[in-house]
Amino acid sequence: MLILNRKLNDSIQIGDDIEIKIISIDGDQVKIGIDAPKSVDVYRKELYIKIQEENQEASNTTNDLLNLLKKPNKD
Amino acid sequence: MNIHTKFFGEVDIKEESIIEFPNGLPGFEQETRFVLLDIDEQSIYHSLQSVEQAEVALIVTNPYLFFRDYEFILDDNTVNLLDIQNSEDVVILSVLTLKDPFKDTSANLQAPIVLNSKNNKAKQVILKDTEYETKHHIISNGKGV
Repeated sequence: MLILNRKLNDSIQIGDDIEIKIISIDGDQVKIGIDAPKSVDVYRKELYIKIQEENQEASNTTNDLLNLLKKPNKD
Repeated sequence: MNIHTKFFGEVDIKEESIIEFPNGLPGFEQETRFVLLDIDEQSIYHSLQSVEQAEVALIVTNPYLFFRDYEFILDDNTVNLLDIQNSEDVVILSVLTLKDPFKDTSANLQAPIVLNSKNNKAKQVILKDTEYETKHHIISNGKGV
């Protein structure tokens, strides 16, 4: 991982069209502005991980579980 | 063409039925080509099966069968990526996490799969600033089928 020191209002340029700017610093809270093309999805990392984990869990379906779908109202 | 599937052994699929996920799926970023295979006779549940990896398959359903008031705003990014021209072409699917007993089965309403049925391009959209969660019980919260 590349590690850079930046101060308030400094920016990082990634490729041609992504800019990440330090907007404000307050204790351990850093506000970051991100300028990226619309084709690039930007998420809080923990949200993306949550969806990754949900998909992983959802993919653990066994054939036994699949059989439940054939009679979904029987518990 | 024949593909290996998680639930149905070897299945003959039509090339034109392949759904392309340009960005892959979160957790399965390498998988960009999937097909939908029916699970039950009523065609309520489908297996979203990777064309390349037999073990990668997610159970999906039409969320409106369970959550009639489900709604979200489709962002421009997705509209552009999937080249959506007409809202009628859009198909929404939700990923299910199956549990035994079935009442514990949940739908991921925070990350709907958006499919453009015109060109078979799709994306799993991650909703931000939403009340929808990754686990909504389809029996107790929804009306059931």
